[in-house]
Amino acid sequence: MMPELSLNVLDIAENSVRAGATLTEIRVIVDTASDRLTITVSDNGCGMSQEQIEHVTDPFFTTRTTRKVGLGVPFFKMAAEITGGEFSIKSKLGEGTTTSAVFGLSNIDRMPLGDMAGTMSSLIGMNPDIDFIYSYERDGTGFELDTREFREILGDDVSLSDPGVMTYIKSYIDENTEECGGTV
Amino acid sequence: MKSLAELAALREKAKAEVNLRNNGEDKTRVVVGMATCGIAAGARPVLAAFIEEANKRQLKNVMITQTGCIGICKLEPVVEVYVPGQEKVTYVKMTAEKAAKVVTDHLINGQVVTEYTIGTEQ
Repeated sequence: MMPELSLNVLDIAENSVRAGATLTEIRVIVDTASDRLTITVSDNGCGMSQEQIEHVTDPFFTTRTTRKVGLGVPFFKMAAEITGGEFSIKSKLGEGTTTSAVFGLSNIDRMPLGDMAGTMSSLIGMNPDIDFIYSYERDGTGFELDTREFREILGDDVSLSDPGVMTYIKSYIDENTEECGGTV
Repeated sequence: MKSLAELAALREKAKAEVNLRNNGEDKTRVVVGMATCGIAAGARPVLAAFIEEANKRQLKNVMITQTGCIGICKLEPVVEVYVPGQEKVTYVKMTAEKAAKVVTDHLINGQVVTEYTIGTEQ
């Protein structure tokens, strides 16, 4: 069990990276009216076969050959389902994978979203050659970060893995989240 | 909205510093384990602490990267430090505070923080 949802996101998005994705989109939508928090991670990686999809939420299934357990997806699924939410994973070989988790926003068992800025700066900084989109929307107001836009500003002079850039990404997300009514 | 102008300023700053950098193989590598086990045990704040310290102290010859599960999940967060020409040092059960000490003692002053290493733990 992860103490905050942003850690689940980091873990799930690492799967996208390993699937060879060149673009991974992470979208967080908070909707107070319907009492729902929705987190979607979608990528254009290698996708999964039907057999893999069927087993992906089984903790004793993993594509690794080094050991027999894989807890990332089961953790994320459990975190959603204990709040009365839903979890789904859709994938097509050669096209990509979309993981979607819906949480009961005010449910007492819902873990806090946590440090999404830390998750995104780690993801981007540790994988500077691929692209990420992060969007956060709370009751109609939101913002989006697109590394392709950042890359254009930085040119060839500075990598997204530069510690100064990673620090900037973190504060970019933190400050814009505050402007959209804060985190949940 | 936070301004993107700050990002452009980072580029200008980096351009000015480009001559001071060494791009060779002589960089020290800091590798943080970031699989499910590492993340659950608190690897992200450890990684963030290394980045923050490296940024604060403007360490140009240090490269911070991540890896998957190293196979010693019960000792996570695990950090490996590769100084060129020296034996690899494995730090275990790391925290952000310990990371800051590893930066000052090991990366800057060349003194391995023995009390955090796997040899001391086991």
